[in-house]
Amino acid sequence: MDEVERTFRHAHGQAVATLARIFNDLSLAEPAARDAFATAVDRWPREGIPVNPTGWIVATARNRAVDTVRRAARGRELYEQIAATAPSAAAALRDGGAIMGDDQLRLIFTCCHPALRIEHQVALTLRLVAGLTVTEIARAFLVSEPTMAKRLVRAKYKIKAAHIPYRIPNEADLPDRLRAALAVVYLVYNAGADNRERADLRGEAIRLGRVLDQLMPEEPEVAGLLGLMLLSEARVPAHGGASDVVILRDQDRALWDRALIIEGHDIVRTCIRRGRPGPFQLQAAIQAVHCAAPTFAETDWQQILALYDQLMVMMPTPVVALNRAIALAETSGPQIALAQVDELATDLPGYHLLHATRGTMLRRLGHDDSIRPGRRAGAHRAGAELPGTRAWSLGSLRLTPQPPGTVRVVPDVRHQAAGPRQ
Amino acid sequence: MCPRQHEEFVVNQYLLSLYESEGRVEGAPMTAEEMQAFMARVIALEDEMDTNGTFVFGGALHGPDATTVVRGSDLDKVMTDGPFVEAKEHIGGFYIINAENLDEALSWAGKVVDATNHPIEVRPFRATGRLPSPSDSTA
Repeated sequence: MDEVERTFRHAHGQAVATLARIFNDLSLAEPAARDAFATAVDRWPREGIPVNPTGWIVATARNRAVDTVRRAARGRELYEQIAATAPSAAAALRDGGAIMGDDQLRLIFTCCHPALRIEHQVALTLRLVAGLTVTEIARAFLVSEPTMAKRLVRAKYKIKAAHIPYRIPNEADLPDRLRAALAVVYLVYNAGADNRERADLRGEAIRLGRVLDQLMPEEPEVAGLLGLMLLSEARVPAHGGASDVVILRDQDRALWDRALIIEGHDIVRTCIRRGRPGPFQLQAAIQAVHCAAPTFAETDWQQILALYDQLMVMMPTPVVALNRAIALAETSGPQIALAQVDELATDLPGYHLLHATRGTMLRRLGHDDSIRPGRRAGAHRAGAELPGTRAWSLGSLRLTPQPPGTVRVVPDVRHQAAGPRQ
Repeated sequence: MCPRQHEEFVVNQYLLSLYESEGRVEGAPMTAEEMQAFMARVIALEDEMDTNGTFVFGGALHGPDATTVVRGSDLDKVMTDGPFVEAKEHIGGFYIINAENLDEALSWAGKVVDATNHPIEVRPFRATGRLPSPSDSTA
């Protein structure tokens, strides 16, 4: 991706968000932004990238849209409305910073409105906020370009026809709506984690996570999600280049990205200091402990088990229970953990990680005969995922106060993150 | 219960369709007391809708067996007994409401579900210019 293209992509969300506010109409904002980008493709390589690329895009797009509206038969009224809200291109150039940040939040919450189906939320977010092209999104989700284009048209039609409001949700709705937006971002990250071809999506998800974290610095779950993604990303270089992903136990930890781990650990420490844990923060803390271990054998499984216990209170899903059982096998031996895994088998039929886990536990217990079906079932993913990375389905959980006794996480993580073992 | 028009700001109109399943619905009022409590909830809800201009029109419908399909003006040839779509679920009643946006409409839909125990389909009106008021249709 060249400089012009990257600048575009990064300016896209802000430009569309600002234009959507000016025009109060996404269907007008998006083509206007597209026009402005086309102009930029022509002029930027010759004239250089402007100092404030987003402002340039917004001003150009606004002028284009005003022209379009002027030409339209019924455009008079709309033109007056635009003229009233954004009297000059210069004003659009000036109103950077805070206003634009709010605009972008509005856009994110509109794209992630729960009245839209989840795949539409994801497509809209990638197109409008992240600035990916329809072609890129279609390729990432393995559908044809016309199918993805149709999906986006349908989603935008619903926003307009049903009058999904273009605004930041009110206080009462914010926790639920924020959870929905975070779920979309994590879904994008995991779509990138599932498939090497779609690795770009992980980068986009992290970028969206950073944008949200900047815009909502007071929301600990936003930080938690960003920390979780950074700490997962840190280990990607050790996954290996072949078709089989190298499992955590066998990874060369020297390949882990130290800078990402340090940033992730910082975020987790800040979350713990805040004392308002949530599912993403707990999953990030679990990953923080993994990343703090110099070797698999030195992993602080007691700590991980305690975090899973806390996560089970907030998110009692079978997947979390399975990951807890994996930690239990390390602290209390495979015998007791296996019994719990077997209990989960009915809740997770055909779940690859369950079969892989069962196989590993049986092997450790010396039951070689019984492991074959389990190993085969899990073989295509080889138990590649770390505990916790898949447990993203948050349901309708609410933040709860931190139970006593979990505070001991603080010194441990800090020690391991900053200590000599690093 | 007259329809209210908000002249001072733009309102949108939504159809809230209450879906019923054939046979007994879980939690449906069975006894006279339950029926009374049900009606009290519905009346209270409609009063609440009425006070802030949300209520446009609404009511409960007779069952699918009372339905006739018409396909043209030559009624003998193109009229059939029964609903247009034979289905286990049918619309048992509806509200037409004024709401500023989908969020507000969804919040009213939630209250209707709480009062009636029926799932609701919320659908925006494309055009409501000729929607007759209740007094027009019953006069």
